[in-house]
Amino acid sequence: MHSESPGKLLWKRFRKNKLAVAGGVMVLWLFLIAVFAPFISPYDPSGIDRKQILDAPSMQHPFGTDDLGRDVLSRMIYGCKISLAVGVVAIGIATFIGLLVGALSGYYGGWIDRIVMRFIDVMLSIPTFFLILAVVAYIDPNLWNEILPGWVTKFLEEAIMDPNILNIMIVIGLTSWMGVARLVRAEFLSLKEREYILAARTLGAGDLRIIFSHIMVNSMAPVFVSAVLGVAAAILIESALSFLGLGVQPPTPSWGNILALGKDNIEIAWWLSVFPGMAILITVLSYNLVGEGLRDALDPRLWGSGNQ
Amino acid sequence: MTIYLLKRFLEMIPTFFGITLLSFFIIHLAPGKPTDLLSEMNPKITPEAREKLEQLYGLDKPIAVQYGMWLKRVVKLDFGESFSTDRRPVMEKIWDPEQPLLDRRLFVTFSINVLSMLIIFLIAIPIGISSATHRYSLFDKITTTSVFIGFATPGFWLALLLIMLFGLHLDWLPISQLKSMDYDSLSMSGKIWDRTRHLILPVFVSSFGGIAGLSRYMRSSMLEVIRQDYITTARAKGLPETKVIYKHGLRNALLPIITLLGLSVPGLIGGSVIFEQIFGIPGMGALFYMSVMMRDYPLVMAILTIGAILTLIGNLLADIGYMFADPRIRVK
Repeated sequence: MHSESPGKLLWKRFRKNKLAVAGGVMVLWLFLIAVFAPFISPYDPSGIDRKQILDAPSMQHPFGTDDLGRDVLSRMIYGCKISLAVGVVAIGIATFIGLLVGALSGYYGGWIDRIVMRFIDVMLSIPTFFLILAVVAYIDPNLWNEILPGWVTKFLEEAIMDPNILNIMIVIGLTSWMGVARLVRAEFLSLKEREYILAARTLGAGDLRIIFSHIMVNSMAPVFVSAVLGVAAAILIESALSFLGLGVQPPTPSWGNILALGKDNIEIAWWLSVFPGMAILITVLSYNLVGEGLRDALDPRLWGSGNQ
Repeated sequence: MTIYLLKRFLEMIPTFFGITLLSFFIIHLAPGKPTDLLSEMNPKITPEAREKLEQLYGLDKPIAVQYGMWLKRVVKLDFGESFSTDRRPVMEKIWDPEQPLLDRRLFVTFSINVLSMLIIFLIAIPIGISSATHRYSLFDKITTTSVFIGFATPGFWLALLLIMLFGLHLDWLPISQLKSMDYDSLSMSGKIWDRTRHLILPVFVSSFGGIAGLSRYMRSSMLEVIRQDYITTARAKGLPETKVIYKHGLRNALLPIITLLGLSVPGLIGGSVIFEQIFGIPGMGALFYMSVMMRDYPLVMAILTIGAILTLIGNLLADIGYMFADPRIRVK
């Protein structure tokens, strides 16, 4: 056992958990769908066909058509791309903020820690969706164009087309970093007292070096787990926002805004409600399975028991 | 004990100020002013009239002054006047004295959330206990799978499916509003039945995710407790299994659950935006959605603040519950 690298050991334990592996396969598959969306979608996702408005699922349109005669399957395939992009970027932002804030708070302690912890309490006391909704509705999507460097916004716009989506990513990122920050802080509090840190300091390592290359690397595992689970949560938030009409705006397709059409046509077009919801469920479920599988694989208390 | 509670209460005060400050800050990040919206609706408005409006709302003053003015009024539960065309005081919109208690927005949302909490607790705890005590049984496997699926189900999708099945297809339950059109002509028992029927779907949807989450936590918390030495001791001295589980085990397993229940309050209240919107329920969530869309600043601020106060109260209640469940804290 000792000869194997930690990564290999982790994979060995993860592989034993069949559900987690199934989730991993699904995550990979969804990723491929998102990347190859233009090649696999049978129709143009915004191709309007007035002769086929709200057609039930058929051989031509396996998931039916919407109120403008657009193919629902094609819209869902493109929606997959949007959902994953929002989920991953939003959680990337949240993880970055969480790492930074948690590291500062845990490493320096004292009044910095007290202020940060109080601020996290404040963020967590505002009803989650209220906070997100207020920020989404109030922040001008053009604000980011002014703050972020030009090439970033240009790249994002070219990659995902809709500037509004960048706004959603940032807002979800800004409202979901608190868990990571608490996690990282706790790791820092315990790791900074270890002897190897004292050794590093004795050898003349500065604060930055200790924070980033000695403590942070060793606290990445739980952060990674929480990021995987976070992607699932962010996808749920995005779909809820789009469902309420505050997220991804039509004509850009997203699972949430197809569901909003499903609600408007609930008496006549069940397929608009059933299929996109299923897609969200499967995606979120897959990420959760992978996240939980990783967590179990990392938990030394579960190593001995062969049966998960 | 009282000292512990007092300390917890005092800790809430800076959090409360932080909340008001943060929501005030977010709202003032907004592009444009509410008077822009007023003048959009009425293009004939003169610059002088606009200025007058801005002065009336204090929008021409520095932000710090505006915050001070707002805070001074909030302490008296006066959240100012709504920017909407009816210009009613914000508090009246949230807690309308002309309406019967059951139809006041804050009461509607509050009661649905309390009902959901009760249902989550009543369903999730027994499920969690049986899954833990019958680990790897068929029941445990079925519930664990359902929990995973339930956790991944978007609430608003579940709501749509239930509306299709029970509302439209089977026609068993009403799908919107809190009461029927002919409510006033119903007898007392008819009224109660009518309201109950209207509440079934919304309460089920809002408690669904919580049931999944809490039963899973209850399961792992119970499993953790069963492993402890004092449970082995209890068994060794010959106590019947039910006593071991429900007297020695349950109490300890419930401790983390109480904290969790307190932590779930902001999620529940936030979720009311979505299900109130779907089921057309006139509560705080629907009002918040409307106020955000209309940029009705005073109303948004009021609802954010009240939501946060409810959350803080929830946390405090969780602490009190914790105290009753854990004698170690009472001694401190």
